[in-house]
Amino acid sequence: MAATTVPGFSIQEFLVEEREKDLLRFSTAGSVDDGKSTLIGRLLYDTQSVYEDQVRSIEGKGTTAPGQIDFALLTDGLRAEREQGITIDVAYRYFSTARRKFIIADTPGHEQYTRNMATGASTADAAVVLIDASKGVLIQSRRHAYIASLLRVQHVLVAVNKMDLIGYNEAAFRVIERDFRLVLEQIASDTGNPVEATFVPVSALAGDNIVHRSASMPWYAGPSLLELLESLPSSHDTRTEPFRFPVQRVLRPDHTFRGFAGQIASGTVRPGDSITVLPSGRSAQVQRIVTWDGDLDEARAPLSVTLVLNHELDISRGDLIVSSQSPATVAKSATAALVWMDQRPLELNRRYLVKHTSQTVPAFVSSLEHRTDIGTLRHEPATTLEMNGIGVVKLHLLRPIALDRYAENRSTGALILIDAESNRTVAAGMITAASSYAATGDLTHADAWGPVTAGEREARWGHRGGVLELSGPVGLIDSIERSLFTVGVVSARIEADADAFVLHPRLLEIVTNLQTQSGLLSLVVHASESNTLTARAEGRQITVDADEPIQAVSAVHQLLHSTGIFIPSEKAGL
Amino acid sequence: MPIAESETPGLSSQSRVVTPRSLSHLRLLEAESIHILREVASEFERPVMLYSIGKDSSVMLRLAQKAFFPGPIPFPLLHIDTGFKFREMITFRDEMARSVGAELLVWRNEPAIAAGTNPIALDTRRCCGLLKTQALLDALRHYNFDAAFGGARRDEEKARAKERIYSFRDSAGQWDPKNQRPELWNLYNARIHPGESIRVFPLSNWTEMDVWQYIHEEDIPVVDLYFAKERPMYIRGDALLPIEQNFVARLGEKPQLVKSRLRSLGCSPCTGAIRSDAATVADIIAELLSFRSSERANRVIDHDQEGSMEIKKREGYF
Repeated sequence: MAATTVPGFSIQEFLVEEREKDLLRFSTAGSVDDGKSTLIGRLLYDTQSVYEDQVRSIEGKGTTAPGQIDFALLTDGLRAEREQGITIDVAYRYFSTARRKFIIADTPGHEQYTRNMATGASTADAAVVLIDASKGVLIQSRRHAYIASLLRVQHVLVAVNKMDLIGYNEAAFRVIERDFRLVLEQIASDTGNPVEATFVPVSALAGDNIVHRSASMPWYAGPSLLELLESLPSSHDTRTEPFRFPVQRVLRPDHTFRGFAGQIASGTVRPGDSITVLPSGRSAQVQRIVTWDGDLDEARAPLSVTLVLNHELDISRGDLIVSSQSPATVAKSATAALVWMDQRPLELNRRYLVKHTSQTVPAFVSSLEHRTDIGTLRHEPATTLEMNGIGVVKLHLLRPIALDRYAENRSTGALILIDAESNRTVAAGMITAASSYAATGDLTHADAWGPVTAGEREARWGHRGGVLELSGPVGLIDSIERSLFTVGVVSARIEADADAFVLHPRLLEIVTNLQTQSGLLSLVVHASESNTLTARAEGRQITVDADEPIQAVSAVHQLLHSTGIFIPSEKAGL
Repeated sequence: MPIAESETPGLSSQSRVVTPRSLSHLRLLEAESIHILREVASEFERPVMLYSIGKDSSVMLRLAQKAFFPGPIPFPLLHIDTGFKFREMITFRDEMARSVGAELLVWRNEPAIAAGTNPIALDTRRCCGLLKTQALLDALRHYNFDAAFGGARRDEEKARAKERIYSFRDSAGQWDPKNQRPELWNLYNARIHPGESIRVFPLSNWTEMDVWQYIHEEDIPVVDLYFAKERPMYIRGDALLPIEQNFVARLGEKPQLVKSRLRSLGCSPCTGAIRSDAATVADIIAELLSFRSSERANRVIDHDQEGSMEIKKREGYF
């Protein structure tokens, strides 16, 4: 098919206009039946953001009458969804209008999938919350609004859908608006994050007030949903916030250049600015802001740049460069709101990894202050959080990190929790409070001054002390040690055939006993040319094929589980 | 890794000072992609960039130059060569790697190529399975890569719209769409067990239009096949088939000269051309605005079967 040229259209003018367009990210959320996919399909279709072949591929399919288009099919991606008829994951959609480019994080409204809603909201400037006008305010709509508020999505657009089903009745719309405003006020007072809400009566199926203003509701004089989206201020402009710059990488291509690469998390930076590096607390001045396109005389969030300082400081990945005038808090413990995202529930004192800005730090949760019931907003006492549960916890980090409260900074106040054993992302966290590390130290318990107990070591490291004997090819033994190291096992490797142990037959036992008492896993290694690997721990022995390294490594981990050196989980799960 | 001399100006000399542009959508997308490239280079032991020679790879390569400037790109490029790539693509690839100063690795499934694998003899799904997916998995295993960048975008296809930026693959390289890790803010979970890997998509949030606008604004070189020229084609109904491979021709079929270009670059037997007069990047953008069919409509592989991209991805395809 040949391209057609539109008379009066100038590509050069178009490109100049495009250069000025910004980007707005918004999340959508809705219950299974309240027409979210239809609404998005309608937005894409009415803004000419879908191609003919995509429309052709869904024509005549789905649940609509013959000849009509089921807009929901434009956005339902995966086979499983097509089979179940529901959206099951976060899907991203793109469209643009003459005024702005948009990214939609389309998140499911099914109750099980709260975690996806939080995922979509984490990067959103706005949230479109759907309410089915024929059903009124349901738990799902409250849940969405709560998560949008918790993740500090600034603008909430409440689309009251299916107005066609209730005869475009104004009174019904006003009742829903009044009820939901009350809900939003309660939510804001719980999360501490104000919500700016705007209500629009729509019908996604009929196209009322989605892109074009509707003739069916003369009583509504406001803008359509798309007009609202086009006019919202985007929230990535943080130039008035304090400067925060997590160091991702040190660039030193040769001895003349040493720069710190990262993405500005908030604020603005200029050459000559005084900065402090946290957690070390050392200061310097910014000398250059280096980019491939040339040095900048000013850079602001969220640009990715490289900073050169006026004198040498010991800075590495994970450090936070901040404005000296308003530094961040350095803390080893913090209070955080968690959204739990894994099948395996939260375990107190289990070893997790916190990923915060550009660093990963081992951590554990010492207590759960409360769980929040999103339906009633009640705070309930609890001992764990299950999938989709939300609660406030006390978090202890093994190394101090520089952070801000999430309410003040959506980047340096955010973290994810990773299970050190399964490597799964198990929770999203928003820091609500942290006190300075130097002032309070790490532990608040009365036993803070006593000897370190075996139980404390186990809680921190996730395993007991013990001895693992390994005989086999050295390369495979290296892989096993690496895999244990990766999951955070604290081990000490002993070459059993070394002279000292041969000369002093009892030395090996003395050393391993001491290490076991200190909670370490001793790896007693006999390297050989064999094509099998033998592993022994706590009297149990396995022999596996050394040519299948992945299976061999996994078998050794199994052995450590079965012997109880790896502490078994009390909860169901892995 | 051996890295040839690269042209990176301004190591020690002060380069020109530019005033910051207003943060347009392209600057925001660029900043996000650079952040991803730096995270992966810092958190994985052996990352690699899949370089497919197309426009998306060209943009990804430029972003990598920007991310590590004034240093070199700290990982190699890997091209999976099916043997059916256009000759101009191979020439462009070698020239590009040289001028950027990156290490280029090329991997071919030689046994399958020697056995005469082609999409006419087999169906396209099995052909792709052997020459692309199998070759890719073999290459990743051979070099022990634990992270691989790909230029895929979420706007390309419905199955890709749900793909994470860090896409976890099990030890067989497979994707499980029901069991993806949640991905919040810009905090990516890079933790894997031995044998597992992550596919990384730094251009996830770019659209086809964004890519062309960026190429236009940044003056990024792309393969000449994207630009309209008189080219010999087999004409079958609406489809234009390039004449690179003999086996594509049907009995008695004669090529004709057609002013045409390729909208996306793949293997010559499975990539149809379109009639076009677009001779510059600006022309292509103008043409894009007038299009009524999506970018991959000329790719045989995607609509072989309902949901075929998703099936391929589950098996380890990019």
